[in-house]
Amino acid sequence: MPKLTVDGIEVEVEAGATVLQACEEAGKEIPRFCYHERLSIAGNCRMCLVEMERAPKPVASCAMPAADGMVIKTDSDLVKKARNGVMEFLLINHPLDCPICDQGGECDLQDQAMAYGFDSSRYAEKKRAVKDKELGPIVKTIMTRCIHCTRCVRFSEEVAGVGTMGAVYRGEDTEVGPYIEASINSELSGNLIDLCPVGALTSKPYAFTARPWELKKTDSIDVMDAVGSNIRIDARSSEVLRVLPRINEDVNEEWISDKTRYAIDGLKRQRLDRPYVRVDGKLVPASWDEAFAAIKAKVSGLDGKKIAAIAGDTVDCESMTALKDLMGSLGSANIDCRQDGSKVGGPRSSYIFNTTIAGIEEADACLIVGANVRAEAPIINSRLRKRWRATNGDFRVGIIGEKWDPTYKNDYLGAGPETLAEILDGKNDFAKVLKAADKPMIIVGMGALNREDGDAVLAATRAIAEKFGMVAGEWNGFNVLHTAASRVGGLDLGFVPGEGGLATNDILDGAAKGAVEVVYLLSADEVDMSKLEKAFVIYQGAMGDAGAQAADVILPGAAYTEKNGTYVNTEGRAQQGWRAVFPRGDAREDWAIVRALSGALDKTLPYNNIDAVRARMVELSPTFASLNVPTKAEWTDFGKAGEMKSDGFMSPVRNFYMTDPISRASVTMAKCTEAFVKDTAAEKVA
Amino acid sequence: MSFIDRTARSFLLAELVSGMALTLKYMFKPKVTLNYPYEKGPLSPRFRGEHALRRYPNGEERCIACKLCEAICPAQAITIEVEPRDDGSRRTTRYDIDMTKCIYCGFCEEACPVDAIVEGPNFEFATENREELLYDKDKLLENGERWEAELAARLEADAPYR
Repeated sequence: MPKLTVDGIEVEVEAGATVLQACEEAGKEIPRFCYHERLSIAGNCRMCLVEMERAPKPVASCAMPAADGMVIKTDSDLVKKARNGVMEFLLINHPLDCPICDQGGECDLQDQAMAYGFDSSRYAEKKRAVKDKELGPIVKTIMTRCIHCTRCVRFSEEVAGVGTMGAVYRGEDTEVGPYIEASINSELSGNLIDLCPVGALTSKPYAFTARPWELKKTDSIDVMDAVGSNIRIDARSSEVLRVLPRINEDVNEEWISDKTRYAIDGLKRQRLDRPYVRVDGKLVPASWDEAFAAIKAKVSGLDGKKIAAIAGDTVDCESMTALKDLMGSLGSANIDCRQDGSKVGGPRSSYIFNTTIAGIEEADACLIVGANVRAEAPIINSRLRKRWRATNGDFRVGIIGEKWDPTYKNDYLGAGPETLAEILDGKNDFAKVLKAADKPMIIVGMGALNREDGDAVLAATRAIAEKFGMVAGEWNGFNVLHTAASRVGGLDLGFVPGEGGLATNDILDGAAKGAVEVVYLLSADEVDMSKLEKAFVIYQGAMGDAGAQAADVILPGAAYTEKNGTYVNTEGRAQQGWRAVFPRGDAREDWAIVRALSGALDKTLPYNNIDAVRARMVELSPTFASLNVPTKAEWTDFGKAGEMKSDGFMSPVRNFYMTDPISRASVTMAKCTEAFVKDTAAEKVA
Repeated sequence: MSFIDRTARSFLLAELVSGMALTLKYMFKPKVTLNYPYEKGPLSPRFRGEHALRRYPNGEERCIACKLCEAICPAQAITIEVEPRDDGSRRTTRYDIDMTKCIYCGFCEEACPVDAIVEGPNFEFATENREELLYDKDKLLENGERWEAELAARLEADAPYR
């Protein structure tokens, strides 16, 4: 542990830390452009110069390892002069277009020029001009503004793992961009925009839309996948304009996927902003009272067994709690939060990501079963890649299921259950890897569990976990990777068929046969609507997607940006998001709609505010008592050993950019699909 | 003594005479009043009157939608909405000034990096109803066209002191 003095303050830092980190430890702010905590050190912007005793000239603090007995000065005249000089050099070729630059107001160069810049330029020669690069539908480039910090190059190489970006030519002629004209085909490309310290890489969909000072910032939780990325929603008046990541080391570090970032423009289209009732085969606008009356006319007196409810993928836990209680009071046990019919459920350790996302960084071998992690949870894939890089490639990853490119070295083992059985029998080479590993882990995806033999697959994966010592002491290497943000929350709350109740597929079959007469779809759009033609369908949700078309009564709900909600991510971590804007038109927060409906049906639920609902959630599951930390689950027996079918595992996410009603309505996501998904389809054919 | 003096003055109408003398003196001095609205007083080049949005000589509007005027406006009288124009440049789709909110401080003009929004010499823009004082982009550009000669002269006159 080197001990050094920074401006007279003695600090002790960890071995391997840099001088810059030591200065931060001492509470000194060091200006920087190229240095970034999560990327490798480049040392090419020279802004972080500090004075070091016994050094002939100022040193770049980001690249200088801290050593014992160093004496550092961060505010001497020499330092100030050196930084002023660096700033002047940086500004030589930087255009003076702050007023039209989208980075204006949140630009590192702008801020630091206020501290270290000179008020006028001594440079009368012509400024450099660089041709803009085409990086696809998400990143807009104005390369003249680039200061060659190479953060984007390092990010795409190290975190995203696509290696598209690079710097060509030298000195003043340096150009950063893709070596060959190509879009950045990565699910994390939006993070380049946050990383860029100047306005060279900005957001294309958000171009010229707003200034940072106009926006109201609200902390929230993402629902586009089951990772539960911490996000900040920026809104102006009633419009959500952009989504940015919030730092949470345990979940998403400071990255978010492109879908999280850009699907929000789907919230402007196909919204349900008032109740509708189907009259003579046509949906006509109605008032809340009329909608409730229509439901009451159908439901009152009906046997509870003929009523069913399915919860969708983006639902908050509050509304599931309310609907579960309402269905209970109607005498129905037919509730299910697994609209894909997957066989998860049972003991808690069988359906959560037990290792936790941060725990991946301790693992030394990983078996991925039936999950295209890159498409289903890009953030978790970047953690796996981070682990792989940290071990210099010693972290072995085996993949069973479809072939996909995880961006790191992997062993493709096979397509389906046979390979799973081979590993269990120790016949596969990867079994040795798992055997040798100290902390092996297994990730089981929905592609392996949403099949009819899901129980058997679950049992087989559990057997693998047992056999290779994946559960030992504090370490639990058994992980289920969900694709739906609401799934773990629903399972924790017990939004699953009660005694004698029907699961999703049985509800649908029952509805087709006429055994189930009323189906309540809580934002569930992914079920087979053709089976619901005979049933009376109540659809509650924010988006006019498949469910709304099949509905007999539509109750307009709030999107995730429009309500205070609790979501449990795939790790079993309960997190709360806040309302950024109000619901559209007559729409209301979802739990409140269910509560109002319960009143109309004379089955009034016992809560009047969201705190009471949350108290009820804690009653249902202790998960909700401790927010922001994953509750550990006890390792128990689960799954039903049985015959597994021979067909390969297929990931449920066929197109990363369009997985739910919001992203399907999004223009940006449509453009991304056009640019990236069709590309890869064409490549496969070729 | 003072009693006699005062009485004599009052009987001789001394005050009236001196008052009339002053009046007579001013009768032969040059007039200072103006026959407004047919005559107008001089205005400083820094006078802050009615707003206008200017154009470049080639007809291109100057405003680049940087929103600095909106940000600095202490009365929050300016509302701007931006979208990329077809040619990809940054332009306003809406530029409204609520002239009833405006306090004519001139900060918008100071903040503007391209001399697009200016406060011109016109102060005679009374209207018959309130709505007419809610200026939109068309009205402001029209003002700019109408006053361009004076606006340019005024900026030029003030330039040495900036």
